[in-house]
Amino acid sequence: MNSVHALPLKRLARHVRSASAAALLGLIAAVPLPAQADGPRGARAPVPAAYTTECGACHTAYPPGLLPAASWQRLMGGLDRHFGTDASLDTTTLREIGPWLQAHAGTDRPVAGAPPEDRITRSAWFERKHRQIDPAVWKLPSVKSRAQCSACHQGADQGRFDDDALIEPKGLTTAQRRAWSD
Amino acid sequence: MTEPNTSPLPIFDRGLRLGPPSLLLAGLGLALALGASGAASAAETTPAQQLQRFNQQAGGAGQADAGRSFFTRRHGGEWSCASCHGDVPTRAGQHASTGKRLDPLAPAANPRSFTDEAKVDKWFRRNCNDVLQRECTAREKADVIAYLMSLKP
Repeated sequence: MNSVHALPLKRLARHVRSASAAALLGLIAAVPLPAQADGPRGARAPVPAAYTTECGACHTAYPPGLLPAASWQRLMGGLDRHFGTDASLDTTTLREIGPWLQAHAGTDRPVAGAPPEDRITRSAWFERKHRQIDPAVWKLPSVKSRAQCSACHQGADQGRFDDDALIEPKGLTTAQRRAWSD
Repeated sequence: MTEPNTSPLPIFDRGLRLGPPSLLLAGLGLALALGASGAASAAETTPAQQLQRFNQQAGGAGQADAGRSFFTRRHGGEWSCASCHGDVPTRAGQHASTGKRLDPLAPAANPRSFTDEAKVDKWFRRNCNDVLQRECTAREKADVIAYLMSLKP
């Protein structure tokens, strides 16, 4: 019996933790469960418009599951000095974005620990997934930075990062292109 | 479509599923998203009205030449306005640190430019802080808008 219950209990504990984080922000309310219009398979968490317009103005609108709740909390608390830029938001907008990030932050094992500087691109899973990429590729004008997901991940701005939807950034050398297809 | 996915959240890719399939929390997100879409829309304005606003505050007309110089030079920091918006702001810019494409800033190339007063104020506040480590004066803002309005596609 124990083994049967082990996984659901673990999952429940994770949800309780996420819920606690939201409750701390005073945001737990009686929210009806949403109808899943296109079924569980194609359903996606609706993204607040403010997230796309504000955060997505300067960088990929990263899926919230790519960082743990603690990282999002720190980032949202320090937007006036956000990786060297002033990305400050008014309190109304903060309330539209912050709780949503907390509710959908990553909880599974690869994402659970906060990466250095709360940078998605410094996460161990990110490094592992991109270990074949020649360092020079990140510096190509068509890529420019590790934050520029859409240089290779066509669907990045819609939260899609499938390996089979990759595009080659412009300017790859022959050797780099060979590594690409490995 | 990739493998069957019972999570209401976007998945990263095969083998790295992110986020708990929590309907309650998804519902919270939905409620917030709907709340956001119901927010008041920004007041409509035009680049000319924005120029006029800063002219009045500055007590004089913005000068396109001064604006060009202000826009393209650095002000003691690492970046100028042009670092992200480009030396030719009728073309798309590129964020100096992330590489994200930015819509052209000049109204001639972007009909949405300077048409939302709250956005004008928000971006001047943030970007002046990044470039000058202070707020811009009304005169500086008037000069920059005069310059951007002087550009032809």
